[in-house]
Amino acid sequence: MTSSGKNIIQVENLTVGYDETVIVEDVSFNVKEGEIFVILGGSGSGKSTLLKAMIGLLRPLAGRTLIDGEDLCAADEKGQLRILKKIGVMYQSGALFGSMTLSENLRLPLEEFTDLPREARNLISCLKLNLVGLKGYENYMPSEISGGMKKRAAIARAMVLDPRILFLDEPAAGLDPITQAEVDQLVLSLARNLGITFIIVTHELPSIYAVADRLIMLDKSSRKIIAEGDPHYLRDHSDNPRVRRFFRREADPGSV
Amino acid sequence: MRLSSEANKADLQIRSEGEKFIIKLAGRLDASTTGEIWRQTQQRLDRENPKEILVDASGIEYADGSGIAFLVDLRCRQQDRKGKFKIRELRDELNQLLNLYAPPTFEKPPPEKLQSFHIPEELGRLTYTIWSDWKASVIFIGELATNLAFAVLHPRSIRWREVLLIGEKAGVNALPIVVLISFLVGLIMAFQSAIPMRQFGVEIYVANLIALSMLRELGPLMTALTLAGRTGSSFAAELGTMKVNEEIDALLTMGIHPVRFLVITRIAAAVIMTPILTVFADLVGVMAGSLVLLSMGYPLVTYVNQVLSAVSWIDFSQGLLKSIVFGLVYSSIGCLRGLQTETGPSAVGDSATRAVVGGIIMIVVVDGIFAVIFYILGI
Repeated sequence: MTSSGKNIIQVENLTVGYDETVIVEDVSFNVKEGEIFVILGGSGSGKSTLLKAMIGLLRPLAGRTLIDGEDLCAADEKGQLRILKKIGVMYQSGALFGSMTLSENLRLPLEEFTDLPREARNLISCLKLNLVGLKGYENYMPSEISGGMKKRAAIARAMVLDPRILFLDEPAAGLDPITQAEVDQLVLSLARNLGITFIIVTHELPSIYAVADRLIMLDKSSRKIIAEGDPHYLRDHSDNPRVRRFFRREADPGSV
Repeated sequence: MRLSSEANKADLQIRSEGEKFIIKLAGRLDASTTGEIWRQTQQRLDRENPKEILVDASGIEYADGSGIAFLVDLRCRQQDRKGKFKIRELRDELNQLLNLYAPPTFEKPPPEKLQSFHIPEELGRLTYTIWSDWKASVIFIGELATNLAFAVLHPRSIRWREVLLIGEKAGVNALPIVVLISFLVGLIMAFQSAIPMRQFGVEIYVANLIALSMLRELGPLMTALTLAGRTGSSFAAELGTMKVNEEIDALLTMGIHPVRFLVITRIAAAVIMTPILTVFADLVGVMAGSLVLLSMGYPLVTYVNQVLSAVSWIDFSQGLLKSIVFGLVYSSIGCLRGLQTETGPSAVGDSATRAVVGGIIMIVVVDGIFAVIFYILGI
């Protein structure tokens, strides 16, 4: 692990919700640089909502998130841009722009934020697509490729500017096991070779075992973090029965 | 040379030894520094076309995607012109990264193909599009006709609650705009015609003109055009969104025909609401005409008598008949375009546009057909 021990993300007493409904209440955790950090929880536990609050799409009801020491919600426009350049986000549905080819999707941030020559931008977009196994699909429209391919293209777009932090919302959902394993490999090699910090929202157990350095688990009923630590350790030694059941894929007693 | 941006610095030195080109790189190769290095190197390479390139990478501290891309670009260029290429003393983790991004088998993608434009090809495509559009329309009209016939014979099969809700949204809520438009049309027409008619002292015939044209033509037409823009587009957008969200597919797999379930209710609402709104439009338009004559000093009763002598029940019911058909036309075109929606973010917008354009054109065409029919029938 290349973790240098520095906290690159600090979440402090964050409460998130929509209007009156509080979804995640008063959670705090830190993510270290170079770490692969997983946010885990059952459906409806607020994983994606927490992620949205961390990347500034949702204003928290209380508390704050520091990305590399800066609060996105409190920063001015210039500061926000500076912070946003450090992060890349892959959304659950991919969110590729439907009117552009894959290559154009990737080149858009390069055109906006760098002074690289045109052929450099082309090559970079091609290399990133190659990295996620999509070489040869540069000129396809998002509507012409499968769901798994869209997901990989979205990861490629999220990292086209080489951000230091990548947020992935359900990268493995809807992919076949082989592609899932490939995405896991990709995450691992990017983290180890480039020192990118990953924050991954997922509930795919094989992925978690393969990549996670550390995880937090959210709980729907208590709206808090009910477990934090290494997945292998939590599976065997957690004192919370819900956490152990989650890792062993057992239904809640009396739920059916 | 030294390139810097904020804290990032990168160094580039190029020297040539005979046919050998030595590129010495140092510092941080990232998106802010690579662009300049890329351009400078490219210029030299294009000019001198070296047989052999040696990259001295011992000084590179860090390289991100763009730095790696630069190295890959150098390698691919040399491959293309069958020259030699070597990287010396690249740090281990960067080497791994290079192999990760572009293993030695990696080939540069072919340049983008520019889309060519061939007239015969485009003509063929256009013909095919028009033909398949006709086909789809005929199929839809057939489906619609059978379902409408079924609905008329079995009125209990129509989901009237839904019809009521759609009728409120598409009809009741459209009342203000329909009334406003027909008021203004009536007023403007009366005013415009009163001035020349006054020269001949026949301004009282403004009443005949307004009453006839509002009841027979403008009332139904303006109402239908307004609704084609307002309601037709919303039908198309609504059904289009359902199509994109696979809701139409869900209906089909449940064995529920979307035409029966979604289209008939909308058409029923439109066919009921359009004539009702037309009555309002007629009334308000004729009333607006009276304002001009009142301002010229004629009493209201004269205007009313003149109107009543000018038009009959036949004129009024002609307008209503037309408005029923207009309602059928714009609502079914809206629904057809909605169901034809393809995928993609602009699809729903395209459908709404086509619904409005098609609706307006068909309304005017149908209006023309009615004019011919009424002329032949002599009413």
